[in-house]
Amino acid sequence: MANLTFKDFKSDQEVRWCPGCGDHAVLAALQRALPKVSQALNYEKERYVVVSGIGCSSRLPYYMDTYGFHSIHGRATAISTGIKVANPTLTVWQACGDGDALAIGGNHFIHAIRRNIDINVILFNNQIYGLTKGQYSPTSKFGAITKTSPYGTVEHPFNPGSLVLGAKGTFFARSLDSELKLNEEIMTQAALHDGCSVMEMLTNCVIFNDGTHKAISDPAVRADRTIVLRHGEKMIFGKNRDRGLVFDGRSIRAVTIGQDGITEDDIAVHDAHSDNIGFHMALADMKDDLPVALGVIRDVKDITYDDGVRDQVKDVMRSSRIHCMDDLLRSGSTWEVK
Amino acid sequence: MQHKVIDTNDVVIRFAGDSGDGMQLTGSLFADMSAIYGNELSTFPDYPAEIRAPHGTVSGVSGFQVHIGSKDVNTPGDYCDLLVAMNPAALKANAKWCKHTAMILVDVDAFGETEMKKAGFLTDNPFAELHVEDRALIAAPITSMTKESLKDSGMDLKSILKCKNMFTLGMACFIYSRPLEYIYSYIEKKFAKKHPEFIEPNRKVLNDGFNYAANIQAIPNTYTVEPAKLKKGLYRNMTGNQAIAWGLLAASEKSHLPLFCGSYPITPATAILEELAIHKSLGAKTLQAEDEIAGICTAIGASFAGNLAVTTTSGPGLSLKSEAMGLAVMAELPLVIVDVQRGGPSTGLPTKTEQTDLLQALYGRNGECPVVVMAAKSPAGCFDAAFYAAKIALEHMTPVILLSEGFIGNGSEPWLIPSMSQYPEIKPPFASGLHLGDKFKPYERDPETLVRKWAVPGMKGYEHRVGGLEKNHDGVLSNDPENHAAMVAEREEKIRRISKYIPELKVEGPASGKLLIVGWGGTFGHLLTAYHTLVQEGREVSFAHFEYIKPLPRNTEAVFAGFEKIIVCELNSGMFCAYLRGLFPDKDFRQYNKVQGQPFLVSELVEAIRKEL
Repeated sequence: MANLTFKDFKSDQEVRWCPGCGDHAVLAALQRALPKVSQALNYEKERYVVVSGIGCSSRLPYYMDTYGFHSIHGRATAISTGIKVANPTLTVWQACGDGDALAIGGNHFIHAIRRNIDINVILFNNQIYGLTKGQYSPTSKFGAITKTSPYGTVEHPFNPGSLVLGAKGTFFARSLDSELKLNEEIMTQAALHDGCSVMEMLTNCVIFNDGTHKAISDPAVRADRTIVLRHGEKMIFGKNRDRGLVFDGRSIRAVTIGQDGITEDDIAVHDAHSDNIGFHMALADMKDDLPVALGVIRDVKDITYDDGVRDQVKDVMRSSRIHCMDDLLRSGSTWEVK
Repeated sequence: MQHKVIDTNDVVIRFAGDSGDGMQLTGSLFADMSAIYGNELSTFPDYPAEIRAPHGTVSGVSGFQVHIGSKDVNTPGDYCDLLVAMNPAALKANAKWCKHTAMILVDVDAFGETEMKKAGFLTDNPFAELHVEDRALIAAPITSMTKESLKDSGMDLKSILKCKNMFTLGMACFIYSRPLEYIYSYIEKKFAKKHPEFIEPNRKVLNDGFNYAANIQAIPNTYTVEPAKLKKGLYRNMTGNQAIAWGLLAASEKSHLPLFCGSYPITPATAILEELAIHKSLGAKTLQAEDEIAGICTAIGASFAGNLAVTTTSGPGLSLKSEAMGLAVMAELPLVIVDVQRGGPSTGLPTKTEQTDLLQALYGRNGECPVVVMAAKSPAGCFDAAFYAAKIALEHMTPVILLSEGFIGNGSEPWLIPSMSQYPEIKPPFASGLHLGDKFKPYERDPETLVRKWAVPGMKGYEHRVGGLEKNHDGVLSNDPENHAAMVAEREEKIRRISKYIPELKVEGPASGKLLIVGWGGTFGHLLTAYHTLVQEGREVSFAHFEYIKPLPRNTEAVFAGFEKIIVCELNSGMFCAYLRGLFPDKDFRQYNKVQGQPFLVSELVEAIRKEL
């Protein structure tokens, strides 16, 4: 196995995202994560396929020196599914946007999750349509003023995490575009997860939606407004690492260590492998006075679709008496004319 | 009454009843039995869109027509010699299909006042009302005879009534001197595992039907239809949908590529997906997608990954797939799209047959977006059509739309089973021989065929990107005006050059003359029979049938040059004719069209063609 580096995954194409766009950092994290994935799983470079739909983030395959497919709006998930079923030894990565995957491609998105097909989906969520120059998306905040909502939207946004977990997703992670290290870590874990892995990347669109994630991403508030979850670790956050989450059986609460008799022992440990999807949903939906959860929120084992298809074909091949077309043609009800 | 046994060359029987009466099964059994007896045959299921439409109404009538003969059976027949009507609605819906010499067999128990009213009869004489009172009428108490036959069977009433169709089948077997052995073995196979207790009652009721028909004096004549002089060999009955599935499996074997089918259920194409789902033993992978678009997109993904990729659908589904077809054209990936056409537009007539998707198949995409368009000509012909559709797709790196029709998809005919040794190997243009350090150029073309090379993920050193954006020959994105013009022209020319690799158009009859009959797709049987009828009348006419629509066979222009007039007959308002007029503007084209959701009648074709002579 050749030792791959991030340079092996960089194509010769000039990256054409706007300066300051959050997508640059996500691309860099992916190019840094894949050599680690190759190391861990013994994957050759030619086994990687990067698929995308349409939108700014969907340009990503051109910047990766792997097999790539830049498809059509919303359909990347269906194309990824076909690739993985056709050849389960490939490792499929998908770049898609919030409009791409959750509006026009919403159907394919939820069904890929339901089937638990083993693909790795990076969902670039900038809460806006960038390539068409600034219309609201299914994740735009209620009331967002955009070119197609000059008086503010009157529709509720999707929380992608709720959607993924509502479809019984087996892997969901969330992060900010600028968290290079964390994103490498998340992508590596997604690759190790056998099943449909969805990584929501909160990206900034400097042109049409600048600062949309500022309330949590601003360095001044980030440590207090977000929490990085790691399996098996205490759910502690805050600039001074003195804030934590407790679960009282009904709801999650943020507490301060050292106040009201709370000690570090009272803080809950994150269990990403737990069957309790309700708890993961609560974590994925934290907002207002609770920190927004980053990191791998859920990572559980389940049967994958691609394994199921492959194993069923193998089983039937083994048990059937029909092994070639000539067998099939002569099987069942036939008669001879003499 | 003295009953006679009459030898005849062919008979047409139409079984009609409520959609829950089991008429499709009765008709299929009669057909299968006749095939094994050695007759030529053709079938036509004509059923409503509703699974169980309101009981006893005309809209809920389900029919199955079967034509058996000693020679030259190419259609299910225009009009029937025996109409079986299980209730007044079935009689009402089907009386118009009776020949003047026809027999009508009805279940007289079902002709009560309520049933007559439900069917919309105004008087108490439905036969007079339908102007068929002069036909030979066999009024049999089928319901009460079935009840009587099975009163000691231990079955409940509902199950007993379900056996009415077996009693009727027994009667039909007597009338046409059919042996019952085949149906016995069918009954045994069907019930052996789950309901062995139903075997004996079904045999009994079938026998009782046969004996009842033999004993009553109401049946004027019985008939024998001698076996046809068929080519020696092993035969089986094939529907078009089954034949398409098997043709695709055959192409998978000959190309050594796994078959992947991504499809969404849609009438009348669903049976192809169902059939492929059975044959996992041949490595076929089927994915029942969340929608039509996912059907084709999963197939495109599978094609990119190196499988023989297929999606199957009908007209509305083809509309939904158009954007993705454009992607496959742009990415130049092999893909077979099967469209079993039905009545349109919109939901239209889902269970009826038409040829109205032709222009959609040719042009229904954004941009200049050429694909190969083929059309299957008969139920068994669907096997070869699907095989060669896949061969062209794989060897020429292009989507191929294979048009079938509800009529041939659901219809069946006996098929002389071929050996796979009769079929050629399929050789996709896989990339090879790249020097270490060189970049693979995905859109470099073979100078002869203009086909690009296929490199699939997993091949070391061939990493490349494809997609829907315009690009140059190196695969680099390009907005250059000249490059776009050149690429548009090359994609079109690539398809045109496929005409070198498909069979020439055959002409039945003289190669020149006053009139050439032209058709395409599933109307072949009707047109051939009409042509034979006209030749027997002493008319001078020729016939050419198209299975390749785009590109056309390379000798098309030469064939047309031999004729003064060309009459294009099709089940739409003139789509193929419009296409031909565009390509051959100097020829004198006439048209005969029908858009009723029904196949042609040979008689109407003969009459229309005569007018041009």
